[in-house]
Amino acid sequence: MKNLVILGAGTSGTMMANHLVSKLPKKEWKITIIDQYKTHYYQPGFLFLPFDIYTSKQVKKKGAKFIPKSVRYIQEKIELIEPSKNKVLLEKGEELPYDILIIATGTKIAPEEIEGMDGPNWYKNIFDFYTYEGAKALRDKLREWEGGKLVVHITEMPIKCPVAPLEFAFLADSYFKNKGMREKVDITFVTPLGGAFTKPKATKALHYLLEEKGIKEVTDFNIERVDYENNKIIDYAETEVPYDLLVTVPTNMGDALIERSGLGDDLNYVPTHKATLQSKVHENIFAIGDATDLPASKAGSVAHFEAEILTENILRYIKGEPLKEDFDGHANCFIETGDGKALLIDFNYTQEPVEGTFPFPGVGPLQLLKESRTNHMGKMAFRWVYWNMLIKGIHIPFVSAQMSTKGKQIEQVES
Amino acid sequence: MKKVIGQKEIDVNEEGYLVDFKQWDREVCECIAGECNIVMTEKHWEVIEYIHDKHENQEPLSIRGIKKSGVINIKEFYQLFPGGPLKKATLIAGIPKPKSCI
Ligand SMILES: Cc1cc2nc3c(=O)[nH]c(=O)nc-3n(C[C@H](O)[C@H](O)[C@H](O)COP(=O)(O)OP(=O)(O)OC[C@H]3O[C@@H](n4cnc5c(N)ncnc54)[C@H](O)[C@@H]3O)c2cc1C
Repeated sequence: MKNLVILGAGTSGTMMANHLVSKLPKKEWKITIIDQYKTHYYQPGFLFLPFDIYTSKQVKKKGAKFIPKSVRYIQEKIELIEPSKNKVLLEKGEELPYDILIIATGTKIAPEEIEGMDGPNWYKNIFDFYTYEGAKALRDKLREWEGGKLVVHITEMPIKCPVAPLEFAFLADSYFKNKGMREKVDITFVTPLGGAFTKPKATKALHYLLEEKGIKEVTDFNIERVDYENNKIIDYAETEVPYDLLVTVPTNMGDALIERSGLGDDLNYVPTHKATLQSKVHENIFAIGDATDLPASKAGSVAHFEAEILTENILRYIKGEPLKEDFDGHANCFIETGDGKALLIDFNYTQEPVEGTFPFPGVGPLQLLKESRTNHMGKMAFRWVYWNMLIKGIHIPFVSAQMSTKGKQIEQVES
Repeated sequence: MKKVIGQKEIDVNEEGYLVDFKQWDREVCECIAGECNIVMTEKHWEVIEYIHDKHENQEPLSIRGIKKSGVINIKEFYQLFPGGPLKKATLIAGIPKPKSCI
């Protein structure tokens, strides 16, 4: 009997377990998946929780519901990966040998990286919304907040779902409008980037929306510390931005497990071949989702496309065939823009988000890079798709792993 | 497009970044620095050397990386190349503007 071990039962790990269970012969392969938590969180919902759009129940479910019965599901912290021995060590001492290992341990916030961030005012007037705890604490704060300077801030790139902070700013604008207190709130968006988003084309469209909603922008801001006594953030160029309520996306890092095992880069991401998803660490170790160092967006939709290709490559690896170099960095993200509208972007390693329709060329119904109500419905439907199709590894009709250029106004690629 | 830097005609993109690193030399470097109101010192050259090393090994540049460079700390980096140090330092070093992100 051979062993395939999956580390992490988040979006990527759960999808891989579901894909592989039907593909690997049960008589030859035993699949094991490990996660420290019993709960599977719907992280895209953390964006909506602070504004009382989703309830806390809508963003978490029992992980066991989504792991196939014939897969061994262990709920324990993973202590160490030992590539030279083909073994994984769990916290309570159990050793798991593997023939193939899939690393899907994701990324998480590291507020301790910035002086003063998770100090005495953490969850008092400094919040994150990238964790369940943070999003919930922020919801409680917003329910009673009387207004002032709201600063929405990105600490450093890369972060998962790079559009989420911007969406947060847009949703905050509608939230306070609906509460009849928009004039009491001053919203500023602070980013280390030169503009609103990481891709120039989308930045233009998004900058326009920020202006329209009266949200101020501070760009090229590389934070050095949070002066929590005087309520301001300060960057290396001594620029200061004062706040009454700071909503920050702290540095994102891979799990400390990767560092302990000596497998990661500076941010604990696993060096991975960008087209095959085989790790550069060892040929029988593969990596997927937020845990990799791929130059693609860290998003559930990306992990979904990766899962289809990784499944194929694992089957090829077992048969001793050359791996398919198929992953093109395809990402497909709805951007919530407030007031019941959203925009949709579709891009990959080399192709920037463009205008057009999706998924049917020329028909839509979704509009790329343009605000619409249908897009918003799409974003809301994504929660259902996530729980019922995506993590169960069911193919989403009409959306292929590789990006399609049909129905899009494609322009020359900038390298 | 072409731009005369020092005595030479150099190929640059619309933001002024060198297109062909082979055209870079110390004189070109000092001229670009001058346009940014920077006078090159020993310390500046050390940073440029570090940036070239990274570029050669295809390792991405980042503010975080500077912290671990062993050459300077971030504060000094900002003092040496005021106002967007990564963008300025790469411009002067003759390599493409860093794509910090995805
Ligand atoms: C606010 C927010 C909004 C988002 N919006 C969108 C969106 O609209 N669309 C979209 O596509 N994506 C979105 N995302 C991103 C998406 O949620 C992630 O990209 C996706 O969940 C990544 O899946 P993953 O499996 O790689 O990592 P995760 O789902 O984070 O899973 C990693 C798992 O590994 C486990 N783990 C890690 N280390 C250990 C250890 N040492 N021992 C045991 N277990 C361990 C963790 O407990 C976790 O369960 C959003 C994310 C956030 C935070």
